[in-house]
Amino acid sequence: MCLALPVRVVEIGSGADSDRAVVDLGGVRKEISLALLDGVQVGDYVILHVGYALSRLDPEEAEKTLALFAELDQSKLAA
Amino acid sequence: MKYIDEFRDGEVAQSIAGKIAHSVQGDRRYSFMEFCGGHTHAISRYGLSDLLPQNVRMVHGPGCPVCVLPIGRVDMAIHLALQQNVILCTYGDTLRVPASNGLSLMKAKARGGDIRMVYSTLDALRLARENPQRQVVFFAIGFETTTPPTALAIQQAQLEQLSNFSVLCCHVLTPAAISQILESPEVRQWGTVPIDGFIGPAHVSTVIGSRPYEFFAEEYRKPVVIAGFEPLDVMQAILMLVRQVNEGRAEVENEFSRAVTREGNLKAQERVAEVFELRREFEWRGLGLVPYSALQIREKYAAFDAERRFHLEYQSVPDNKACECGAILRGVKRPQDCKIFGTVCTPENPIGSCMVSSEGACAAHYSYGRYKDMN
Amino acid sequence: MADVKRGYVRPLDLKNGRVDLTHGSGGRAMVQLISELFAHHLGNEYLGQGNDGAVLPAPMLDGKPARLVMSTDSHVVSPLFFPGGDIGCLSVHGTVNDVAVMGATPLYLAAGFILEEGFALSELARIVESMAAAARSAGVPVVTGDTKVVERGKGDGVFITTTAVGVLPEGLELGGSRARPGDVVLVSGSMGDHGVAIMSQRENLSFDAPIVSDTAALNGLIAAMLATGADIRCLRDPTRGGLAATLNEIAGQSGVGMMLKESAIPVKPVVAAACELLGLDPLNVANEGKLIAICASADAPMLLAAMRAHPLGQDAALIGEVSFDTHHFVQLSTAFGGRRIVDWLASDQLPRIC
Repeated sequence: MCLALPVRVVEIGSGADSDRAVVDLGGVRKEISLALLDGVQVGDYVILHVGYALSRLDPEEAEKTLALFAELDQSKLAA
Repeated sequence: MKYIDEFRDGEVAQSIAGKIAHSVQGDRRYSFMEFCGGHTHAISRYGLSDLLPQNVRMVHGPGCPVCVLPIGRVDMAIHLALQQNVILCTYGDTLRVPASNGLSLMKAKARGGDIRMVYSTLDALRLARENPQRQVVFFAIGFETTTPPTALAIQQAQLEQLSNFSVLCCHVLTPAAISQILESPEVRQWGTVPIDGFIGPAHVSTVIGSRPYEFFAEEYRKPVVIAGFEPLDVMQAILMLVRQVNEGRAEVENEFSRAVTREGNLKAQERVAEVFELRREFEWRGLGLVPYSALQIREKYAAFDAERRFHLEYQSVPDNKACECGAILRGVKRPQDCKIFGTVCTPENPIGSCMVSSEGACAAHYSYGRYKDMN
Repeated sequence: MADVKRGYVRPLDLKNGRVDLTHGSGGRAMVQLISELFAHHLGNEYLGQGNDGAVLPAPMLDGKPARLVMSTDSHVVSPLFFPGGDIGCLSVHGTVNDVAVMGATPLYLAAGFILEEGFALSELARIVESMAAAARSAGVPVVTGDTKVVERGKGDGVFITTTAVGVLPEGLELGGSRARPGDVVLVSGSMGDHGVAIMSQRENLSFDAPIVSDTAALNGLIAAMLATGADIRCLRDPTRGGLAATLNEIAGQSGVGMMLKESAIPVKPVVAAACELLGLDPLNVANEGKLIAICASADAPMLLAAMRAHPLGQDAALIGEVSFDTHHFVQLSTAFGGRRIVDWLASDQLPRIC
């Protein structure tokens, strides 16, 4: 039950509709609910699952993770 | 696609594969369970096991909520559609799960059941609004990732006094399942496989945080690495697990730090706590009755509980005798060890749920990997 | 003797009128529907014969009697109108393509309509106009047809069955059983466009995506491909079930295996994104304006060049090769260097959640 994707928030509803947002994934737009997250802003990336944003994606942590992947194998270097 | 493509880079995969190969100790076997069906799917779809050294084995766990849904629960949904004439809303995954009397939700639809596939609870609520004269029931399955949306739907229904809407709640909990695998005497009796560590679920963890896994790490001395869904996440997590095992550590590490925090999504957790409470026990396919492993709707929202509204009684239905889903879900057997795998039981004609859901170990192996069995 | 003046017949109300049971009953109402709507748009000398059957010239190619190729297809697509097309043009393209992939030049179409009582004539007119335009563009006239009306609730607006007939030159043998190890697999363009365009309209899935169906008649592209003289074993259009189904079919028919390269298979980024959202694999999604070609590997460069020179083949690509495999697996090497099977799905892909 875990198909969830990072998508970019492009529009947020105003007033009573502030729980609704439009997100973009590679050019596909979809209307979703922000009811489970507070403080989301346009431009944020959120994890989308079954029509709801479940968590915000932290761009700094994402960079750190990618950097981790690229880390040279320390033990190899030492050898 | 940002935050997706970078995590699928083939060259980086080779590099991480190299690090894994370099890190494993030649004389050791490593067995890691990836709990989450989404990880099972990623491993098969990208052919990740081809990139792992021979002595690292991935064991597929029961983290696919469709796979662990017992026949009796699907029967309840079918009953609602065929006998109670409700509009039964369900996620696509459950449509083909085989249930009693040769039926599935898909087959029940062919018999006239008004069964509608929905992508979200929001669609189910809309159907309820648009069809005030019909009962609309949402078949709620899934782990902790999918539970908050159901909670919200119930609260929304109450707000709108959408009296024709109700939920058949079959939400289950991850930590309870992991415990059951590690510790229950019955499960031990049926057989378990030594597991050196877990790849923790990705999106469940965005909701519940990394904290609940600390218990397993401490109590059972097993490392847990929470991994994102992309193939590079899985590779990196395996590397981190190998290192923990080599170093004798049993900690919770978070590879999916871009979306998972220690606390998780508190707002989502609160909503769930408002609407649901623990069931004393719940039957899981393959694991038997597991205590405190599933949710039911609280008294406060009883009006939206389909089980109460329609006076549904759960009837346990045993699996087909030849079906090894139970053993497969516990990682004791592999799909190819099941006598009916690929012959009687295929995606066209699934006998057990591991073959129905595309994340089930059997379906994943059949669709992506069975060429490896042939020689 | 002066022509008998026909009494005034009120024309069809194409703006607000609806199909009713009289339109299928064989009487004057049906004649009027046919003349004011179908014949009006689809009209040609054969349809104009106005008899129960169209009399067509003997099938010839270059002055010699030629073999006939015939194919039929029923179209039940829902929704009837979708980005990039509608059931009308789809019904022309699909059947023309089925004949063309055999290497035959499509000549004539027959069209049967099952209309639901209450269906808006304005929508029917749109569909028939679209069919007429598609037929003209493909150069394949609709020479005969039929209309039936079923009661409200017993049909989905309109169902269309089309049958196409074409002529096949001497010596040309294309077929799914002709692929041999060492051959290569080509596709004419991006995969998954049509299926995703349809799904974006369906009831339970809502997103605004600039994805448009690729529905098109491929006979022009195929003629250009055949004109190269390349040694083509098989042509097929990957419709329902997508590329995966079509290649698995051929692998089974030919008794071979295939090895594809994932990174070589063209998929539009926006289609890939939509498939991600729905949990679908573009390889299992229907296409309606694409073809796969299996040819001798030496001829691939020439064939690709001819395809890419044609508007419908600009993104043509070589995606894999045919191999020796007793299990007839279609396999894929992933960008990871891992391998997996491209399986033939049991049934329609349902958007996943997991």
